[in-house]
Amino acid sequence: MARSKNEAFWWSLFAAGGGLAAMLVPVHIIVNGIGEPQGWVSPAGIRDLVAHPLAKLYLLALFSLPFFHCAHRIRHILYDFGLRGMPAPVAIVCYGAALLSTLWAVSVICSL
Amino acid sequence: MAERTITLEVFRYRPDSEQEPTFQSYTVPYREDWVVLDALNYLKDETDGSLSFRWSCRMGVCGSCGMMVNGTPRLSCSAFLKEYYPGPVRVEPLANFPVERDLIVGIDDFMNKLKSVKPWIVRDKEQPVSEGEYRQSPAQLATFKQYSMCINCMLCYAACPVYGLQPDFVGPAAIALAHRYNLDSRDQGQSLRKEVVFSHEAVWECTFVGECSVVCPKDVDPAGAIQQEKALGALDLVKSVLMPWGSR
Amino acid sequence: MKPYRRPISPLWWTKKTSYTLFVLRELTSVFIWAFLLFYLVQLSHLAQGTDEYLAFRDQRASFGWLLFHIVALIAAVYHTVTFFNVSPQAIVVRMGEEKVPPAFIVGPQYAAWLLTSVAIAWIVLR
Ligand code: SF4
Ligand code: FES
Repeated sequence: MARSKNEAFWWSLFAAGGGLAAMLVPVHIIVNGIGEPQGWVSPAGIRDLVAHPLAKLYLLALFSLPFFHCAHRIRHILYDFGLRGMPAPVAIVCYGAALLSTLWAVSVICSL
Repeated sequence: MAERTITLEVFRYRPDSEQEPTFQSYTVPYREDWVVLDALNYLKDETDGSLSFRWSCRMGVCGSCGMMVNGTPRLSCSAFLKEYYPGPVRVEPLANFPVERDLIVGIDDFMNKLKSVKPWIVRDKEQPVSEGEYRQSPAQLATFKQYSMCINCMLCYAACPVYGLQPDFVGPAAIALAHRYNLDSRDQGQSLRKEVVFSHEAVWECTFVGECSVVCPKDVDPAGAIQQEKALGALDLVKSVLMPWGSR
Repeated sequence: MKPYRRPISPLWWTKKTSYTLFVLRELTSVFIWAFLLFYLVQLSHLAQGTDEYLAFRDQRASFGWLLFHIVALIAAVYHTVTFFNVSPQAIVVRMGEEKVPPAFIVGPQYAAWLLTSVAIAWIVLR
């Protein structure tokens, strides 16, 4: 047995992302998921808003950390559902997907 | 008035004569003040002397009488029949452990895990007796007292699906005990323990199901101890990045 | 003599309500991830111009999408509540010999949740 710094790292992202998701995701589902398609948000207003550097920074945090939070949970639930025999591939797929999602988020945010 | 009775469905495994365990039904007198252990002792004395199970103190102190009662890990000396009336009450050996005979499980794995976290006060250098005892204030005692209440009953391991699925998981009571010594103001062993506690097989295996703390008869809250150790593990990572020379 | 090892069913998490709730808690992450990805798609349309944005937005006004978002909202709120409620086990604050009561750890988180939610809604909807 040895201290695992990798696991400490992934857990830190999980915990930070979990807190962020807990605080921020519900209101975004209401406002952007449910409200926006119903026309609650003015297109011009939202364009100006997301163009602001602070908004971009905010969006970066909103997407990146929760992605890793989710990846960590999905990794462990896959183990619990019977994939314990292959810990490394499951971890690579989950965190890899979070990384790709984050890179995509960065590219979208930069294009705003 | 006819005497009231209750049915016990008891897990039997006799490795000398059978390959697979079976359930055996027994009817015992129902008494309001009886616990499951009383019913088992009645059976052993009156009906079936071959029934095997562990117990000692009958007062929730020794930690040897843990069993699954209707699917939940309980101290059988604290599980009253009246909680389960009219029954039947299903009594099985603690989940997640190998069964040696009837309600008796193997505890070697648990014992080794306890030992692996060095559950004693570690000092860089022992202070000679002539210099007196290590003093501790009530506030310092309060930081770890809760985690020192553990009676090693293993109910938390029986409640933990991670331990069931991943037997090398160091598990709730052992990590809680490590936490107890890490928090002790007299102890200097945290850096020794962290090779075990911050390993893949220990805190990082835990997904905070939380059932260990629910079933713990002593309110140790092992799940809380594990989460606190995770935070210390994350802090340890940060320190080792910022001050690579300081982290052993 | 061989000790007997009891097999664990792959459906172990259906055997006890608390295990099922645990699995549901973990699966909230699937909905949160999915929502965030759809939200990203929406932002990428916004980056392509107002017409693109409006076309995609109107597609998303359907009942199916509404249903998805309601389910995702339930999942996200379940995540929030479970996350906050277990935090006193992980975060221990002491004052002398006493532990600060759990309500003092959990309460401020709910207050902060309410405030940030209102603030974000106000900024976006204003
Ligand atoms: S932590 Fe609680 S449940 Fe676990 S062995 Fe100790 S007393 Fe028993
Ligand atoms: S017999 Fe000692 S704890 Fe039950």
